[in-house]
Amino acid sequence: MSAEGVDLKRRRVLTIAVSAVGAVGVGYALVPFVASMNPSARAKAMGAPVEADISKLEAGQLLRVKWRGNPVWVLRRTEQNLKDLPTLEAKLADPKSAISEQPEYCKNAHRSRKPELLVAIGICTHLGCSPSYRPDVGAEDLGKEWKGGFFCPCHGSTFDLAGRVYAGVPAPKNLVIPPYRFISDTLILIGDDGGAA
Amino acid sequence: MATQETTTTGLLGWIDERFPLTKVWKEHLAEYYAPKNFNFWYFFGSLALLALVNQIVTGIWLAMSYKPSAAEAFASVEYIMRDVDWGWLLRYLHSTGASAFFIVVYLHMFRGLMYGSYRKPRELLWIIGMIIYIMMMATAFFGYLLPWGQMSFWGAQVIVNLFSSIPLVGPDIALWIRGDYVISDVTLNRFFAFHFAFPFILAALVFIHIVALHKVGSNNPDGVEIKKGPKGNRWSPTAPADGIPFHPYYTVKDIAGVAGFFIIFLAIVFFLPDFFGLFLEKPNFEPANPLKTPDHIAPVWYFTPYYAILRAVPSFAGTQFWGVAVMGLALVMFFFLPWLDRSPVKSIRYKGPLFKIALGVFAVSFVILAYLGMQPASPVKTLIAQICTALYFLFFLLMPWYSKIDKTKPAPERVTQ
Repeated sequence: MSAEGVDLKRRRVLTIAVSAVGAVGVGYALVPFVASMNPSARAKAMGAPVEADISKLEAGQLLRVKWRGNPVWVLRRTEQNLKDLPTLEAKLADPKSAISEQPEYCKNAHRSRKPELLVAIGICTHLGCSPSYRPDVGAEDLGKEWKGGFFCPCHGSTFDLAGRVYAGVPAPKNLVIPPYRFISDTLILIGDDGGAA
Repeated sequence: MATQETTTTGLLGWIDERFPLTKVWKEHLAEYYAPKNFNFWYFFGSLALLALVNQIVTGIWLAMSYKPSAAEAFASVEYIMRDVDWGWLLRYLHSTGASAFFIVVYLHMFRGLMYGSYRKPRELLWIIGMIIYIMMMATAFFGYLLPWGQMSFWGAQVIVNLFSSIPLVGPDIALWIRGDYVISDVTLNRFFAFHFAFPFILAALVFIHIVALHKVGSNNPDGVEIKKGPKGNRWSPTAPADGIPFHPYYTVKDIAGVAGFFIIFLAIVFFLPDFFGLFLEKPNFEPANPLKTPDHIAPVWYFTPYYAILRAVPSFAGTQFWGVAVMGLALVMFFFLPWLDRSPVKSIRYKGPLFKIALGVFAVSFVILAYLGMQPASPVKTLIAQICTALYFLFFLLMPWYSKIDKTKPAPERVTQ
């Protein structure tokens, strides 16, 4: 083939067009690879509500149940705990839970349906560790002012017994409150509030 | 003496007509001229390659007995340890090998910092090296989930959640990485796939790193460009006068380095495989429990400087993204190093007191951060971590000034010794 009569302009247009179409093709070919890494149908279906039996839960005791793979805490707070909650407000980052996640019916002073029972997702809002339950008032490592609460061992975030985060710690928000409802006085259904908002 | 690139007789001749075997051997070994004044710091490049090969070989053999599922992973590691013939050795070579790899690479990088190996014309060589370092960290992170112990699980939980702090798209990215709402069987399965695949990408990057090295030639403790110096040595009239053939001189030297490395490495493998809980962390002897974080969690030692930086930055404006961003920047700083150093000389031997102090402060800060990253958080420790984080960044950010005004000594024309 001779080089005579070659339309270089036309050739360049064709090269660009073919490259562009090829790039689009590569883009589409990537879709299954990227999409296959999303949660599968089975992973999505695993989020069913769970029941927590609180009939044997004493005041000051914490129960852990697993919901969607995460720990959910059910804590029966003491009278003293409830009295302490309002006194802590000045030290908290979000005392009124304005920027935190909770169902509307838990956006109150004690962040729960029933004042004494706290139900919260036990995952630190910082980087997802599960804080430890530290009811020991005036604990040595947490200071004399400590009224009991939760301490995240990973990065030192602290929360009060309503899951509200203290100011100046890595965690930005209060612990998340999942949707829940009481089936009876001793049985809680976590993950389903019957559509109550 | 003209370089004979091919043989034409015998088996070698037959191959050379079809594949540049003799040519490659000469260009990269027998007639690759490296500066004659390498000291022990130059062991760590070849040792890093050895560590990579060790990880790949032991890793493939471990994969023959390991089961990447949440239900079986922990037990399969115990099975390797107890029931597979020599399984304990393969596993300890791999787990201790990971730490050895990072030790060697950190020393290799420190060598580069000392002798200015990142300076022109080696900028790209340095950047390829940094990409290797980051790929290594990713590979190590994927691998750490595989034993499915408590530390595996919660470490992965924390690191994946780093991504969810990215504004807007963060939570979706974290979900996409995990493939589930929590670290689960799905996550473990894909991390195994990545952990298996990445080392081969690493091997390719190492190849590219060496291609770049052989294009520009090795730096040396004097920071002298031997290619710019006089020509002619015992082996060739056109080779740099201060160069000696890599083979046999440095191959033999590196073998001595390998022997020394094996003595220390195998002593740890045989007698101290967990290395006081640093190489194998205690909580990882307990199977993963998604309901309970261990009382104290910390990443493996080679990640702890960055982890301490992450913890040092408080959250504000309702997000903890700042810590993640600063931690990322701590790595990004290294990429700019070739352009931050304005000193007229390369090597620390001829640099002035300012650079020596800066490098010393940087190295000490890095080690303190590494220590703090292993410790539980406390207000005093957080403050120290914040100071060290500031010093870490100042090493880079102030470099254009202190390296310029520093009182340097004149660098020699030829290598010393």
